[in-house]
Amino acid sequence: MSKNIDGISVNLVSRDKLGEFSSAEKLNFIIKEVKKGKVLVLEQGLTPFEQTELIEHTMKEIKQDTFIGIEIEGYSEDKQTFMQRIFRIIKKPRMTVIGPADLLKTIRKDSNMIQTQIILGTGAK
Amino acid sequence: MGLFGKTSFASIIHRIFGKKHAKIGIYGPPNVGKTTLANRILRDWTGEIMGSVSEIPHETRTAKWKKDVKIENGRSSLFMDIVDTPGISTKVDYKEFMNTYGLDKDESKQRAKEATEGVIESIRWLEGIDGVLLVMDSTQDPFTQVNITILGNLEARNLPVLIAANKIDMEKSSPATLKSAFPQHPVIPISALTGYNSENLYSTMVNQFSRKRKKRGR
Repeated sequence: MSKNIDGISVNLVSRDKLGEFSSAEKLNFIIKEVKKGKVLVLEQGLTPFEQTELIEHTMKEIKQDTFIGIEIEGYSEDKQTFMQRIFRIIKKPRMTVIGPADLLKTIRKDSNMIQTQIILGTGAK
Repeated sequence: MGLFGKTSFASIIHRIFGKKHAKIGIYGPPNVGKTTLANRILRDWTGEIMGSVSEIPHETRTAKWKKDVKIENGRSSLFMDIVDTPGISTKVDYKEFMNTYGLDKDESKQRAKEATEGVIESIRWLEGIDGVLLVMDSTQDPFTQVNITILGNLEARNLPVLIAANKIDMEKSSPATLKSAFPQHPVIPISALTGYNSENLYSTMVNQFSRKRKKRGR
């Protein structure tokens, strides 16, 4: 993983941009960017199936001395209302932050805030 | 004695509509006590054990299972295939095994490699199971992304879930936090190590996993 010594890129990715991707493209995009050492904040997060696929994809990409995996935190989908279930309206998952596990560390998460830290040098442990 | 003799109306309904056999996956992050719980269940109902346990994360790196474990709750019973899955995580760092647990470099790298394969295997097992016993560490923050991801996935698949709030024998445990975090699912506080409250867990397992589910596509 290449880290820019001048700083870490934190990229906010719009829901429009994410909406252009298929699930597979979205996951490839995320892994590719995170392996470059970037932290991504997705305006619209991943579905539960996409999240498990991302974990599976990440495990395949792990290289022991260069890429140890990802740190990911986000908020799950809002619960569907009765009417939304009737009309099969799928509510989209909410904001998610994803970064390299040796760089990004979650400090605290509650229903209102995800607090993370970017750790330079030795990386997050 | 009622119309149905000693047999309750509920158990008749259960016999008609309930399942007799279910494949149950024990899931959760590493080091929450999945294998300790699998051992507890098997020891109580078959006299056997599932696998070795360790304080070092990712001790279980391939799924292990035991077929046809009959669990009873007094009124009814259910045959379960119990699958003990490797812990799911989003990262595996071999240096953690070296620096925190004192394994040598080769052993650490091998363990990390097998751990990544184990995570993939766990996720793939989700396709073929009927219900999940999701083990959480009641001394830890329940809002981890792995817990959220597993639960979200199970809800999307419409799989019955039972949360085992493990390690309640420890001083810092707070099963009430887990209950308030996931009010949509039954949460049973237990100690897989001591067996505390395991009867309640078994009773709830039979009730929860006997229910037939509607299949939901992806």
